[in-house]
Amino acid sequence: MNEHRSKIFGVMGEFTTPEQILSAAHQAREAGYKHITAYTPFPVEGLAEAIGFRWTAVPLLTLIGGIGGGLTGFGLQYWVAAITYPINVGGRPLNSWPAFIPVTFELTVLGAAIFAAVGMLALNKLPQPYHPVFSVERFARASTDRFFLCIEARDPKFNLAETARFLQSVSAEHVSEVKDED
Amino acid sequence: MSANQPPLSAPEIRRLDPVLGPGHTYASVTDKIAAVVLTRPLGIGWLAGFTLTFTLVMVLFISVAWLIIKGVGIWGINIPIGWGFAIVNFVWWIGIGHAGTLISAILFLLNQKWRTSINRFAEAMTLFAVACAGIFPLIHTGRPWMAYYMFPYPSTMGIWPQFRSPLIWDVFAVSTYGTVSLIFWYIGLLPDLATLRDRAKTRIQQVIYGALSMGWRGSVHHWHRYQSAYLLLAGLATPLVLSVHTVVSFDFAVAIVPGWHTTIFPPYFVAGAIYSGFAMVLTIAIPLRKAYGLEDFITMRHLDNMAKVMLATGLIVAYGYFVEFFMAFYSGNKFDVFLAQQRLHGPYSHYYYALILCNILTPQLLWIEKVRRNVAALFAMSLVINTGMWLERFVIVVISLTRDFVPSAWGRYQPTFWDFSTLLGTIGLFAMLLFLFVRGLPAIAIAEMRELVHETHSEQDPE
Repeated sequence: MNEHRSKIFGVMGEFTTPEQILSAAHQAREAGYKHITAYTPFPVEGLAEAIGFRWTAVPLLTLIGGIGGGLTGFGLQYWVAAITYPINVGGRPLNSWPAFIPVTFELTVLGAAIFAAVGMLALNKLPQPYHPVFSVERFARASTDRFFLCIEARDPKFNLAETARFLQSVSAEHVSEVKDED
Repeated sequence: MSANQPPLSAPEIRRLDPVLGPGHTYASVTDKIAAVVLTRPLGIGWLAGFTLTFTLVMVLFISVAWLIIKGVGIWGINIPIGWGFAIVNFVWWIGIGHAGTLISAILFLLNQKWRTSINRFAEAMTLFAVACAGIFPLIHTGRPWMAYYMFPYPSTMGIWPQFRSPLIWDVFAVSTYGTVSLIFWYIGLLPDLATLRDRAKTRIQQVIYGALSMGWRGSVHHWHRYQSAYLLLAGLATPLVLSVHTVVSFDFAVAIVPGWHTTIFPPYFVAGAIYSGFAMVLTIAIPLRKAYGLEDFITMRHLDNMAKVMLATGLIVAYGYFVEFFMAFYSGNKFDVFLAQQRLHGPYSHYYYALILCNILTPQLLWIEKVRRNVAALFAMSLVINTGMWLERFVIVVISLTRDFVPSAWGRYQPTFWDFSTLLGTIGLFAMLLFLFVRGLPAIAIAEMRELVHETHSEQDPE
């Protein structure tokens, strides 16, 4: 039994509308399932909250990237203009900070944007060429017009037959087993 | 929502065109947009267009090769007119490159639904325009292989860039803008690349789109972080897009040359950039929707809205021209007064009158609804405005440089064959990249269109 179980990633139910998957996700949470993931062709409002996923580190990473970029930008210019390569132009101050603002601004935006994009990809663990859900043939429609709710095998409440029956009871159109072909 | 709003009367309903044609489903929008990339055979129009633009790219290569062999002397530039076509074209292209990020970022933050079907190719257009723009300052240096001198790097000579110079600000502004636009575009493409991966028929398509989509699965976690990142990128790109042309205008405004040294430059450059950018989006959108039957996605509502944005930004530009004149006379500075007179009566005055005709007088026709709803007229108008914006940069660069402070420093500027061939070549490069783009990547954001289908359905059917 245990060996068989390790080869199964989860059970996946297929829905046709965002409203259906939203209500199914709510019911799955109420039924006590913890490891649920939904796959949708476009972001469905409220779905993340429904499966209990709220907080993301992307804004924090962006802030860090922005602050880092800005400090780098200003620090670089200060170091160049005032320390390593000072040019005396009629006795004007070496740390002429107003002239350093444009580059500081640009590097702030650059740092924040790179951190936002790379941070999003890294938190999503992308690139990731293989994932068990791709082994389900019908899953190709997840990027067109079908909404999938997957209850994973690592969930303590998971039981292949019972979970499949549960998904049918919340009006999934089609229920398929997700095998992990590791 | 509909409960506390009075019902629209019949004429009002007629005037509010939909942002999406009727009867579309998630699958139908996906099929239609993905088919352009995956299954549609190459038509004679595409092949002819690609061949023509590819030929123009060869013209660009020859022009640049000859430039590198002979030096910048093959252009019409001289002393005192050291800038000439290279800078005129640079500012023109970078201005065109503003609409994409504006549509994607600012209209996204303002929650304008009509941006959805035009943002993707407008962003692509931005990238290609920035690429064309970047060529000019690079080859204008005369020794483009030394361009890395502009970046701060520890050299054995111990010298560093002058960070108090607007020209160095420009290097940072344009390269940051290019990078952030690329990131924004790619992040927006990710879900659509996954759609193409799932629908790909041939092995090559599967491998390419599979690699580019990075294994995107559209899980709720993916989308949640994606939306957060996309919103943040939009928020970051908004001040960035406004800063880029501001910094470009500093190249002029920080100098003391008459006609350049004015505080109106940053806002009116930004408005002019948006003006020309929207004109270029129309120049591309009108043939694109016709060629690939995308009239349901790029509707009259889009064209009408873009025409209105052009009208508004065109009026800001007109105000900028007025303030230039007003400040010249109000300041009483004799060099500024003289320059204003030179624009009206000098040797290049015909350029100035053509500019007023293209940029201020003709676009006033956009007040008329019939013109805004006439596709052919809009297309012609977009070409006129693009020409006008090029003339504006010519007037700014050439008239000021030919009429400096002392008559002994005055000069004349005559562009040569190579000036024109390089400009034509970059237009070819821009168009060729667009031809490749529409067949290689989805020209309309598919995932956002599906979202739009969902929103449109829930509006019609509130349960």
